[in-house]
Amino acid sequence: MAPTLWVALLLYVLHQDIWFWRTARPLVFGFLPVGLAYHAGYTLVIAGVLAWLVRAYWPHHLEDGE
Amino acid sequence: MIPAAVIFGYLLIVLFIGITNRGGGDSDAEGYFVAGRALGPAVFLLSLVGTNMTAFSILGASGHAFANGIVTYGLMASASALIIPFGLFIIGTRLWSLGRRKGFMTPVQLFRDRWECGHIGTVIFIVQAVLLIPYIIIAVMGGGTTLSTVSNGAVPFWLGGAIVSLVVMGYVFFGGMRGTAWVNAFQTSLFLVFGAVAVTVIARGMGGFSGAIESLSAAPGGTALLTRERISPLYFFSYSFIPLSSLAFPHIGIFCMTAKKLGHFKKTIVLYPICMLLIWLPSVFLGVVANRATDVPAIQAKLEARATIAAHGPSLAPAEQASLRAKASGDDVILRLVEGYAPLWLAAILGAAVMAAVMASDSQILALSTMFTEDIFAFYGGKARFGGRVQIQTGRIFIILITLVAYAIALNTPQSIFDIATQYAFAGYSSLFPLLVAALFWRGSTRWGALATTLWTAAAVTAVAVVQQHIPAPPPGQAVTVLEIAGQVVVTRVVQGTLVFGLLPVVPMTLISAILMVVVSKLTPAAAPTRDTLATYFATTA
Repeated sequence: MAPTLWVALLLYVLHQDIWFWRTARPLVFGFLPVGLAYHAGYTLVIAGVLAWLVRAYWPHHLEDGE
Repeated sequence: MIPAAVIFGYLLIVLFIGITNRGGGDSDAEGYFVAGRALGPAVFLLSLVGTNMTAFSILGASGHAFANGIVTYGLMASASALIIPFGLFIIGTRLWSLGRRKGFMTPVQLFRDRWECGHIGTVIFIVQAVLLIPYIIIAVMGGGTTLSTVSNGAVPFWLGGAIVSLVVMGYVFFGGMRGTAWVNAFQTSLFLVFGAVAVTVIARGMGGFSGAIESLSAAPGGTALLTRERISPLYFFSYSFIPLSSLAFPHIGIFCMTAKKLGHFKKTIVLYPICMLLIWLPSVFLGVVANRATDVPAIQAKLEARATIAAHGPSLAPAEQASLRAKASGDDVILRLVEGYAPLWLAAILGAAVMAAVMASDSQILALSTMFTEDIFAFYGGKARFGGRVQIQTGRIFIILITLVAYAIALNTPQSIFDIATQYAFAGYSSLFPLLVAALFWRGSTRWGALATTLWTAAAVTAVAVVQQHIPAPPPGQAVTVLEIAGQVVVTRVVQGTLVFGLLPVVPMTLISAILMVVVSKLTPAAAPTRDTLATYFATTA
């Protein structure tokens, strides 16, 4: 479980982005302000990381209850 | 009347889905309350997303974005997209396993068994139940308002609320968890499909989003909506504690016990962030670009009200300020955009999709019923004395009573009170999160630690409620000092609510909860559960 927690912590830190706080540009795809595009991309990254964690660190021992 | 007719049709479909997917026999409590622990992967994913997708989150999100800009997505969506699936991975899977092995149907059953306590579990039940009720009331109000709006007043608020209450009560009553899960899955699918259609149609109506964003960027104050400068990083950080509440909500805990296989969590965990993106990004983006939809009269009226507050706010009478704030509120901007840019038939279907979000109270009603019948009725001997059939009948009577009480309160209380109460509930459930963590991961936790955490949560929620009720919100940008110790400002009242050292109350509430759990447990080692009990938790869940 420890790797899962470390990855969650790293992603949490990346959520607290201060780097695009006061700027709207560039507009990604011509209409998405960069701060919003960052968090949209960040959400996709979470899904990718979870896909890896689920493969690598799935708690198989809990399946005994099935 | 076409939109109202479509929504009535939608309500009938929902009722049909709920009733025809009923689970379990008349005496099978597990079949009725947790769908026989047999939900498939697709229904499990879609229903879980739907359960978390409330009127508050969808309509409130676009309203918040209308006033505050793109920050809404980072505050409410991407934080949840991180914390909820990780919570399902680490905590949800363990709840599922314990439910299977020990037959639990509610979190309180877990707490009672884990800490070998009885009445402390009852205290936790009471606090959980009280924090859950505002959601049910808000949903009745949301249903009444939506039906009244789409029918242009032909269906009055009281009748709209009654119709929605009856439909939700109907499918929860007959369908139990299985019927409710299927309805939620249907509603989420509807929202995902027609949300995409709404974005396309509105983009076309506004002449493309690039133009709207460029125009917003050039307008006075427009850039602030495209950045996060209206919110401080400290506030942003505070808000990331709120999604912890989702894991502590009893209806989510109960839902974790409904999957047929542990493997069903895999797709849910991976796809949950993507569902959040698909639902929230359009909601937030449309809320922001609505600021340029000046050709929609209802939105233009909101912008004018906002401009009046900005220009003359301090000199206006309090009643006039309140009236202008209500006019400027953006909770219905998505409905207004759809009304302004979509053809009537599509507006009607989108109205039904919004209705889907408003009706998310079903899971909470069922959870309360499950908790009452398992944690109170069965625990205090009702099931042993009267049998499983009476237990389910009691649950169904409880569903009727809860719905009637919520409806009566909704008719007689201003909505603003419950909007605020819902916010307290989020903070309250985040503050109860350490209970789950301690029960599942810390051998040294004791029942007295659990009691201290629960009582602290109840006291803190009450204190915040009292402060907000008695100290009116100052104008934006100003702060009223509520508590100062040794020259240091501790508690302030601002327009967004109450702050403690500049943080939302949820942060100190959750941290103090965790500290109390540790300190009180350390002080009461004699109350530690027996080795036999601990072995059943930590042999397989460590």
